[in-house]
Amino acid sequence: MEPAKIIEHSGGVIGVSWLLIALPLLGAAVLLLGGRRTDRFGHLLGVATAVASFVVGVLVFVQLLGFDPAERRLAVPLYDFIPGLTKMGLLIDPLSISFVLLITGVGSLIHIYSIGYMAHDPNRRRFFAYLNLFVAAMLLLVLADNYVGLYVGWEGVGLASYLLIGFWQHKPAAATAAKKAFIVNRVGDFGLAIGIFTIFTAFNSVSFAGVMASEAHPSQGTLTAIGLLLLLGACGKSAQLPLQSWLLDAMEGPTPVSALIHAATMVTAGVYLVTRSGAMFFPEGSTAAIAVTIVGVATLLAGAIIGTAKDDIKKALAGSTMSQIGYMMLAAGIGPAGYAFAIAHLITHGFFKADMFLGAGSVMHAMNDEVNMRKYGGLRKVMPITFATFLVGYLAIIGFPLLSGYFTKDGIIESVMEHSATLGWLAVLGAGITGFYMSRLVFMTFFGQKRWEADAHPHESPAVMTWPLIILSVGSIFLGAFLILGNRFMTFLAPAVGRPEELPSFHPFSVAGLATLALVAAGAAFAWVKYGKAEVPVVAPRGSFLTTFARRDLYGDALNEALFMRPGQWLTRLAVFFDNRGIDGLVNGLAAGIGGTSGRLRRVQTGFVRSYALSIFVGAAILVGAWFVVGNL
Amino acid sequence: MNGTIQAPTIEYGLLAPMLVVFGAAIIGVLVEAFAPRYLRSSIHKPLTLLSLAGAFVLTIWQARSGIPTKPAAMGAVAVDGPALFIWGTILVLAFVSVLLINDEGHFVASASAVPGSAEEERALSEGATHTEVYPLALFAVGGMLLFPAANDLLAMFVALEVMSLPLYLLCGLARRRRLLSQEAAVKYFLLGAFSSAFFLYGTALLYGYAGSVDLAKIGASLGAVGGQDTLLYIGAAMLGVGLLFKIGAAPFQAWKPDVYQGSPTPITALMASGTLVAAFGALLRVFWVALGGLEWSWTPIMWGVAILTMVTGAILAITQTDIKRMLAYSSIAHGGFLLIGVVAIGNQQQNASALSALLFYLVAYGFTTVGAFAIVTTVRDAGGEAWHLSRWAGLGKRRPLVATVFAFFLLAFAGIPLTSGFFGKYAVFQAAVDAGATPLVVVGVVSSAVAAFFYVRVIVLMFFSDPAADGPSVVIPGGTWAVGALATLATVVLGVFPQPVLDLAHTAAQSLFVR
Repeated sequence: MEPAKIIEHSGGVIGVSWLLIALPLLGAAVLLLGGRRTDRFGHLLGVATAVASFVVGVLVFVQLLGFDPAERRLAVPLYDFIPGLTKMGLLIDPLSISFVLLITGVGSLIHIYSIGYMAHDPNRRRFFAYLNLFVAAMLLLVLADNYVGLYVGWEGVGLASYLLIGFWQHKPAAATAAKKAFIVNRVGDFGLAIGIFTIFTAFNSVSFAGVMASEAHPSQGTLTAIGLLLLLGACGKSAQLPLQSWLLDAMEGPTPVSALIHAATMVTAGVYLVTRSGAMFFPEGSTAAIAVTIVGVATLLAGAIIGTAKDDIKKALAGSTMSQIGYMMLAAGIGPAGYAFAIAHLITHGFFKADMFLGAGSVMHAMNDEVNMRKYGGLRKVMPITFATFLVGYLAIIGFPLLSGYFTKDGIIESVMEHSATLGWLAVLGAGITGFYMSRLVFMTFFGQKRWEADAHPHESPAVMTWPLIILSVGSIFLGAFLILGNRFMTFLAPAVGRPEELPSFHPFSVAGLATLALVAAGAAFAWVKYGKAEVPVVAPRGSFLTTFARRDLYGDALNEALFMRPGQWLTRLAVFFDNRGIDGLVNGLAAGIGGTSGRLRRVQTGFVRSYALSIFVGAAILVGAWFVVGNL
Repeated sequence: MNGTIQAPTIEYGLLAPMLVVFGAAIIGVLVEAFAPRYLRSSIHKPLTLLSLAGAFVLTIWQARSGIPTKPAAMGAVAVDGPALFIWGTILVLAFVSVLLINDEGHFVASASAVPGSAEEERALSEGATHTEVYPLALFAVGGMLLFPAANDLLAMFVALEVMSLPLYLLCGLARRRRLLSQEAAVKYFLLGAFSSAFFLYGTALLYGYAGSVDLAKIGASLGAVGGQDTLLYIGAAMLGVGLLFKIGAAPFQAWKPDVYQGSPTPITALMASGTLVAAFGALLRVFWVALGGLEWSWTPIMWGVAILTMVTGAILAITQTDIKRMLAYSSIAHGGFLLIGVVAIGNQQQNASALSALLFYLVAYGFTTVGAFAIVTTVRDAGGEAWHLSRWAGLGKRRPLVATVFAFFLLAFAGIPLTSGFFGKYAVFQAAVDAGATPLVVVGVVSSAVAAFFYVRVIVLMFFSDPAADGPSVVIPGGTWAVGALATLATVVLGVFPQPVLDLAHTAAQSLFVR
């Protein structure tokens, strides 16, 4: 089934759906321009705008449900964006509204959590301003009805991400991480920009509706090129291979940022882009779509392997995020059969990963910002709520039966298995590794002996932090079943992204499903042997070359340094050399020449009136002579 | 003639602006002679300002009531469109300069006293001042009005002297750095006299050629007189030397830095704005009305002079360490840019647009330069104004407003968009390109680029250097404050919204010079 036609609509709440973006943007503007005067109530205003945006989102969602399913693609025209090129408008359809609810819903919870988490930070008001800015940009990204609007949002979330990773810019690591994220994203954004240019050249339009309705039939090569360029953009934003390196470092930002931006929402923008453009540039079986699946499966394995070796709790979770987004990309690459699972997994992942990140934040909050899991241990007794909610998130991500991840990840594996057995078994393998590294993380943190630093006095976090955890964990339990059973989400999403002719049915005891469960159980058991039962050394052992390989992020940074950074540095040094010697030499030589002339000529100005008079006399003689000569020519 | 002498007819109405200024000057002299010392200053200040304002109003009134098409005063004075525009410009600039003169502390207590002598000490302690400054300035302004309007060479020579002689005196009246001031006055006087001699000799030779000193008659006789070309060329060249000297065009620019530096700064402002405008008016009239038919022969020479002037001004300014000397060289360079406009006028087809561009440039530059010198008066050390550039370091940190305004003037000199200097340069260069003088414009642009260096250098010095612990203080008396504000306003308005003044200049230029 093809996606539905886009129709214009501007009545009811949908007519004012621009409020979704405007509210958090206003919040950011007030907090940034208001400065210190807004310090006192800044965090409350930030939460209020996010919640208000969520309320508008729910109302829009309710109104959208009132439409016939085939008419649930509504364009809300706003204004002439680039005269002659594109109008700015919002696209309200099942895909975008799903994202809106995720962004504003999880976003609001994380805003609330941050009140407690950032309570002692002198710059809390600025933090909320950036969070609001991020929410506004992310909403623009998913709501824009054209690629240029999407790109504006895309850059906006990149900016917010940069500002928030480097929020504690007094830490050199944070400042460097922010720059790294920005620069790596630049590569992806460049691809996206060129992709959009190419779309405009090929279709003479940049709006989704315009491209879909276009009469132009560009060559297959052009379509593939556009697809690959968009994929490059998606790889940058979603930390997929080969642009994955920034995400691990991005964990330098405050933990709510890691939860909201680098787990639940922004990093899924790549999945959104591929899904949104799927019908146009990633048709089933096309080169671009195959590239998407390869990137997805490679990243899901790479992320999982990195996750096994990290002792930093946030970096282990970041590796896990990479891996889970890899699953989503993989599903998005197989076409309409996978879109619903990709987005459903994206949403459930948004819940359980935010849950776990916030739980990790709660643990760090209790442990004097210690992130090394080797110095945790036995925390389940002192932090019961954090432990319980974290446990739910953990069970959800490894795919414990009947929890959210079980339905969505299994759905991905099943649909991929039908598409290609090789990819499917690789995804199953990834699930097994997930079972290992997530169990390792939980055992090291909450079980075993106390390996705390002497000055650590862990305690449960305040209610403002635990309640968001509880709500998120409830979502982590039930959301998957709600979305997947009866193909509810696939049917809902169909008007936006299409669906396969034959709806899949859910087999609880398929071969792949059982194999996944078995591997996950094996992984968890192995982790129990290594990290639950056995004593965890406080100093990391040297480990085999495989451990080193994983610890060093699969040599991703080393590769980047060897391939890009060093040659780049040589290139810049060479350019600087030429600039200094060649161009500056010329310019400076010229300047020195003029200056020298000036200095020499200056001596003519002797100060003696007699020599001035002489110069006038000589000048007059020359003038008279010249005139005489010219006149008699 | 029949032995009878005809009484000359004088159109007093047309000459009213000039007569008001001269009249006020004479009243000023009477005040000096009869009013008690303590009253003089309070009579002079309103008298001078009112007379200049009145003359300006009369000029406006005259321009509105119709521009005459024939010379007045038996052909001696031509009150035409360009002359009226120049009068208006000079009167406003003079008014602003007088506001600067009004503020205390610029002029010597007793000019005749030997610097540093007991006599000077006594004069200082008595609080004596030279209130003669006001009538002298008025005479100079009167001369400036007559100079560009004079329609025969003798009237023009008289105007030149009426304008210059008071200025020679005023140059020597600086309160501080007495020796430098006196030296400047003597130099200016000697060299001015020297150049006047050229002017007068040129006049004589042209009279010998054309049998008249009337500009129109000289113009008419070009080509009509046979076999006397040597007389014509040498005469015209010498006349040119006299005029170019007043502009400060190379190679007659040597006096400018020394005189601008030594003079009391308000007087420098008056010279740099008013004298320059008047001299250009006179130059245009002579080369357009009298020597217009000789254009083919003087255009190449004007090219050479313009190039030499721009290059000399721009290059020599680079190594200046004294703010006033730097502004003097800047003034020389701007004289060169203006000469490009003169070359463009030489082209018959589009002289009106070139003339209007030139007139606009004069207004724009005049305001900015008065403003810049006004700022120079405010930055003071124990020994008077702080001229050395090193003393200006870090001014932006101590007095951001003053430094910003000065930086703004410098950017206007450099011709950065959104300042009046940009449109001035743009209009003149455009006219020159239309006239086919593109190479000249290229030299102009390159010189502007070189000049931008030393303007920006001062800005960098003011804003990016640390202020010295014993740095100069900034004192802004009321009049100077008003001058700075007016000049800033003019520079902004002419830079953002130049059209009204461009239109006015265009209207003035449309009628061209009367013959």
